[in-house]
Amino acid sequence: MDAPVPLLPAPAAADRLGPDWLPGPAREGLTSTPFGLYVHVPFCATRCGYCDFNTYTADELGPGAGRAEYAGTAIAELRAAADVLGPDRPTVSTVFVGGGTPTLLPADDLAAVLAAVRELFPVADDVEVTTEANPESVGPASLARLREAGFTRVSLGMQSAAEHVLAVLDRRHTPGRAVAAAHEARAAGFEHVNLDLIYGAPGETDADWTASLDAVLAAPVDHVSAYALIVEPGTRLARRVARGELPMPDDDVLADRYELADATLRAAGFEWYEVSNWATSRTARCRHNELYWADAHWWGIGPGAHSHVGGLRWWNVKHPAAYADRLARGESPAADRELLTDADRALEAVMLGLRLRDGLPLDRLSAAGRARAAEAVVRGLLEPGAHQAGRAVLTGRGRLLADAVVRDLSD
Amino acid sequence: MAGTVTTPAATDPARIRNFCIIAHIDHGKSTLADRMLEVTGIIEARQMRAQYLDRMDIERERGITIKAQNVRLPWRPESGEQAGTEHVLHMIDTPGHVDFTYEVSRSLAACEGAVLLVDAAQGIEAQTLANLYLALENDLTIIPVLNKIDLPAAQPERYAAELAHIIGCDPDDVLRVSGKTGEGVPELLDAIVTQIPAPEGAADAPARAMIFDSVYDIYRGVITYVRVVDGRISARERIKMMSTGATHELLEIGVISPEPKPVDSLGVGEVGYFITGVKDVRQSRVGDTVTLQHRPAEQSLGGYRDPKPMVYSGLYPIDGSEYQLLRESLDKLLLNDAALVYEPETSAALGFGFRVGFLGLLHLEIVRERLERESGLSLISTAPNVVYRVVMEDGTERTVTNPSDWPGGKIATVHEPVVSATIIAPSDYTGTIMELCQSRRGSLTGMDYLSESRVELRYTLPLGEIIFDFFDALKSRTRGYASLDYAEAGEQEAQLVKVDILLQGEPVDAFSAIVHKDKAYSYGVMMAGKLRELIPRQQFEVPIQAAVGSRVIARETVRAIRKDVLAKCYGGDITRKRKLLEKQKEGKKRMKMVGRVEVPQEAFVAALSNAEPSKTGK
Repeated sequence: MDAPVPLLPAPAAADRLGPDWLPGPAREGLTSTPFGLYVHVPFCATRCGYCDFNTYTADELGPGAGRAEYAGTAIAELRAAADVLGPDRPTVSTVFVGGGTPTLLPADDLAAVLAAVRELFPVADDVEVTTEANPESVGPASLARLREAGFTRVSLGMQSAAEHVLAVLDRRHTPGRAVAAAHEARAAGFEHVNLDLIYGAPGETDADWTASLDAVLAAPVDHVSAYALIVEPGTRLARRVARGELPMPDDDVLADRYELADATLRAAGFEWYEVSNWATSRTARCRHNELYWADAHWWGIGPGAHSHVGGLRWWNVKHPAAYADRLARGESPAADRELLTDADRALEAVMLGLRLRDGLPLDRLSAAGRARAAEAVVRGLLEPGAHQAGRAVLTGRGRLLADAVVRDLSD
Repeated sequence: MAGTVTTPAATDPARIRNFCIIAHIDHGKSTLADRMLEVTGIIEARQMRAQYLDRMDIERERGITIKAQNVRLPWRPESGEQAGTEHVLHMIDTPGHVDFTYEVSRSLAACEGAVLLVDAAQGIEAQTLANLYLALENDLTIIPVLNKIDLPAAQPERYAAELAHIIGCDPDDVLRVSGKTGEGVPELLDAIVTQIPAPEGAADAPARAMIFDSVYDIYRGVITYVRVVDGRISARERIKMMSTGATHELLEIGVISPEPKPVDSLGVGEVGYFITGVKDVRQSRVGDTVTLQHRPAEQSLGGYRDPKPMVYSGLYPIDGSEYQLLRESLDKLLLNDAALVYEPETSAALGFGFRVGFLGLLHLEIVRERLERESGLSLISTAPNVVYRVVMEDGTERTVTNPSDWPGGKIATVHEPVVSATIIAPSDYTGTIMELCQSRRGSLTGMDYLSESRVELRYTLPLGEIIFDFFDALKSRTRGYASLDYAEAGEQEAQLVKVDILLQGEPVDAFSAIVHKDKAYSYGVMMAGKLRELIPRQQFEVPIQAAVGSRVIARETVRAIRKDVLAKCYGGDITRKRKLLEKQKEGKKRMKMVGRVEVPQEAFVAALSNAEPSKTGK
């Protein structure tokens, strides 16, 4: 069979991990660009109906892929990453453990992963180390252990303070549990605590949403993420909507909820810094997520994890068993990859930058894009002051129409 | 058979029988014709292709006959006075649809008799009845036949009585056949010989032959089917078309049996084909009289008329770059379709396309389907409209075939075409049908009970009222039992207005329609409502208005979009989101701009497709 001529080393039999794995051009700027590590933990106790993340509820998935062995497998990829990056290996400025439910692993396992990071990479003094957690899977003891191991930030999936909303989302914790867990995290010494909220779930009322926001503000958190519910194809929620059992979230309702969240959070001292993220100060922002939006470098560890280094994006095979198998054979777990063209990168810069409070320098736009930016100011989508100062920054209305503005301003 | 009395060109008219078969779609005409080919032995059973005589794919698939074919069958009756004597039967196949009434009438004019073929499980349908009346007007001998007697649901007694009632014969005179099994077919052929008169004509008079069909063949050019009335037409003579005076050399003359077979000449009463090398069926028009150049007849056979489009629709390629292909495809269809007319038109909303005139709705559908199938085009067709005659207050007159051309000045009167329609249905549905016809501005002109349980209703209806969805409405209100036929019946004055649809104050030409003033409001509300669903929300509010002149009669609003942002964009989302963005930008390029409003092509297709012609006749 004739194979097409690969533009990049094909992710096939020849895809041995090692210093040659990363193509030369992608190594440029490796040491000067901020670098983070993402570690994916692909396990959950149950699957929530709205979730399309790469996660599994079984605890035994095959050699190297079970919960008990998972930390070791992840450390194997960390080792391979360090090997690939070789002498240029950059300083780790952030680590983010996400999932899935990272806290389904024993705190000692997460600590071991973090210890491996410190062993294999130079790590910045002020490194931010976040773990996601489900409120029901942490407690004072595990939080204390994580803090002791070097974790600096906890992000808790609260979603809602309304019991019936949690039920629609298939969340298992009780409404008060997330706030209690936030208190426990503070007590364990975490300076940075985030609560995640989802709005617009079927059956949620304005009053439910107000109550959720109030509950968050009563908790000792310095960061809030609030996401409009997305009905992702292939999820149980999508099937229930398709069958007519649940209504599709209404865009106007979502817009109302967003505006209410923004106003409520701002009044309580939280400022937006990305379309769906609010923080009490610049230091309370999630620096790891800012890496994504700043087009910086990160290596994603774990099945299905995505990485970006120097314009090369790749993503790992999704199943934990396939992932573990590849690593065991010394092969890259990458399922596929793409080398971004200049046009891709320009488009991504607009797409990502516009979502940020800091916005996008106007000189990142083409001449036509700049002309349309001026129109967007007139239409109330971009801040006039920031525009004067040479940046495209979305207004409140503009944030709700961010994708349309991106389409408009990009070529 | 060479040398016998029935050799082409030497056949005694007394041994010729010319007949056609009048039948409703699905009543089994083509199958019966197939059995006749078999029984007369001109084609062997194993060569038999189902529905041998229907040649075009669409005809075969839809099981309907669009273009008439004809075939010469030898037959030696086993019964009757002529038993044992060889005869020639010319079967002239007639188109079975209301759009082709004129072609039917010409086919009938080429015959002395007609087989009235009716499904023994369904009874006579409106179009069959209309064609029967046409045959009776032409003084044709009618042989009533019930088909499909092999079906378990057949009720031959009941429908024989119905047929006897309609044509005034004895129920026992109604023959019974099965096109499927062949039962009764020889008896039918015998009856054709004994009952249908032989053709009469003056063998020594100047030649006159009537064209009852012409088709374009890519290898041979136009093949013209004729019935010789007087005199004789021989190969290599120059013929003259009496409607235009054009002359052509006869390259070939022959009979179909069932494949084309050249002969030396055709004499009185004979049916055959000729080829002159012309490339366009317009030069060989159905109904025209053919004579010889060197000894021309003085009088044509009469009955010829130019095909007149009754229904117009704009056809636009969905992909604007296919405009040239659409033009070429129409040009190609034109070779084979003398009734098709078109001219380029430009729509602000739909781009470049053609305004196309059709004989009726089936014609429209067939043309559209052939364009899509044979040329691979994807088309949008605007809502069909009829031809209006508009008299202005200053006395000038305009013919309007496109709502966009509706005059803006002071209008004195508007005239619309009307049809006389025949509807046959079970009598239980009489009330429902009357309601429907009334709502379409129909007026009842007559009503007859064909039997105790079946009624025939006759209405005068504006053509414009039945080209949208009348047939669908009729079918659904009568559970599919009603059948419809109509024929043009002049024009009437009517209070018609043009309703414009405006997006943000900009009229969208593709959605303009001419409607009765009492229906302007409901059209406006319907269209505005439909567009409100179809037009995506924009960053600003989009008013949709329906207006008659400057008066707004309906209004809807597409509210401004408030949320167009994906909540999450983290590491794993970036590639996916960029690809989505690229796709959205691609989609944006395909949007049509109406003023500042972006309207997706699909919205036009959807808005227009619901207002598309009903599947009349299917």
